[in-house]
Amino acid sequence: MIVANRKSLEEILTMLKPYKKILLLGCNECVTVSATGGEREVGVLASELKISRAKDGEEIEIREHTLERQCDHEYIDQIHPFIGDYEVILSMACGAGIQYVAETYRDKTVLPAVNTTFLGVTLEQGVWSERCQGCGECVLHMTGGICPIARCAKSLLNGPCGGSSNGKCEVDKDLECAWQLIIDRLKALNQLDKYEEIIPIKDWRTSRDGGPRKRVREDLKLL
Amino acid sequence: MKTKSNIERILESGQLVVTSECGPPRGADAEVIRKKGKLLQGAVDAVNVTDNQTSVVRMSSFSACLILKEMGFDPILQMVCRDRNRIAIQSDILGAAALGINNILCLTGDHQKFGDHPRAKNVFDMDSIQLIQTVKTMRDDGKFLEGEELKGRPMLFIGAAENPFADPFEIRAARLGKKAKAGVEFLQTQCIYNIPRFEKWMEMVRDRGLHEKVAILAGVTPFKSVGMARYMKNSVPGMDVPDEMIERLKGVPKEKQSEEGIKICVETIQRLKELPGIRGIHIMAIEWEEKVREIAEMAGLLPRPQIM
Repeated sequence: MIVANRKSLEEILTMLKPYKKILLLGCNECVTVSATGGEREVGVLASELKISRAKDGEEIEIREHTLERQCDHEYIDQIHPFIGDYEVILSMACGAGIQYVAETYRDKTVLPAVNTTFLGVTLEQGVWSERCQGCGECVLHMTGGICPIARCAKSLLNGPCGGSSNGKCEVDKDLECAWQLIIDRLKALNQLDKYEEIIPIKDWRTSRDGGPRKRVREDLKLL
Repeated sequence: MKTKSNIERILESGQLVVTSECGPPRGADAEVIRKKGKLLQGAVDAVNVTDNQTSVVRMSSFSACLILKEMGFDPILQMVCRDRNRIAIQSDILGAAALGINNILCLTGDHQKFGDHPRAKNVFDMDSIQLIQTVKTMRDDGKFLEGEELKGRPMLFIGAAENPFADPFEIRAARLGKKAKAGVEFLQTQCIYNIPRFEKWMEMVRDRGLHEKVAILAGVTPFKSVGMARYMKNSVPGMDVPDEMIERLKGVPKEKQSEEGIKICVETIQRLKELPGIRGIHIMAIEWEEKVREIAEMAGLLPRPQIM
């Protein structure tokens, strides 16, 4: 899933300063699972905003609304009937959702209430961890199913560097060294011989470096 | 001989190589390099010039190499993968070779988190092993990474570093094997304090026959004080300082600690140079260059062979 963090109340209040009528838009997908921008978090943020404004003696009108997804027109179109009643949309979706809402309602200001951070997994209740950077050319078959691009602080394809100590990364003593994990896993799979092979220099064209990416499936298109 | 490297020449003659390092200043003052250079003249065969070490911005390694070259040194251009993509790396390799640099040390580079610009974006377009391959491809095949021919091959002697004290220990010799396969010719190790662990690593290296493919230069750094030893033990990633070394320094009065540090360093060199497979010593006296000559002298490494 896409994991996000909510922005601080102060930052959100600063962005909202010129506005009184706000459509606060949640998303039922990833940000709900990562407890950042679902229906529940929309409710919490709305209360916080109302309390802050009330304290300052300023009025605010907030409509809370959570869409099934903010990354599909089908759902974004649902706010069309009442969008005219609001000056601004404060979106709690990931960066993709926020932008797609803005693209759809071109005359509306759309503000981000969250910082989108990574593609990851739920380690335990309340803890998420990065696993993928979407580089467009998966190497997991060579690295025991552990991604050095996303999980090594230096994205080394032939690690570990000299900073790996007791299984931890030099960048943070609480961060696992991806290459220690890879080696442990290769050993468990009886595939340590794979470590002897040099992984060649990466083709980054499939990653963000090649420019914004687009995928077209002709067979699925309706026309 | 492939290159005009002094290291390569001395290795071919079968003698031990002695190298040291020079950290460029945080400013544009060339005199700082010349002063450090003077302290090393006649004491070493080649000098590493660090590349923004610990991710702190300094005068470029390339420029400081040229200043040392003018003084008659054979500099070793250190190059990290943190700050340059493959376009800049290949360009710098060509430029260094064009201006008479004979040696390159291929490194991953410390994470920028440790330095003075922790908010920087890092590059890591390639890693140190791929950097070795890049230099070798350019030099021996006369080709750029995408396969096109280059005119005027960069005749650099190719080096790398390895940390026998980093984890996981079991693959540290295998990792050197990958560097050898990539084409590395000389290797400088991280500072050695834990000699038994280093000996164990060398055994693994010899078992794979890597000492015959790569000239291994054992790295040493003298302690100035017990405080420095503690700092190295606790705060420098991948450093292995045994407790008995700290105890030994603690056992002498404060004003004698630096002397004791030098003594430990000299004893370490004397043990290391007898180890089968060791082809040289790399003395890293961090901001203490004035002690390199004394250490080399006491360890019986002087005089150095004349540069031809």
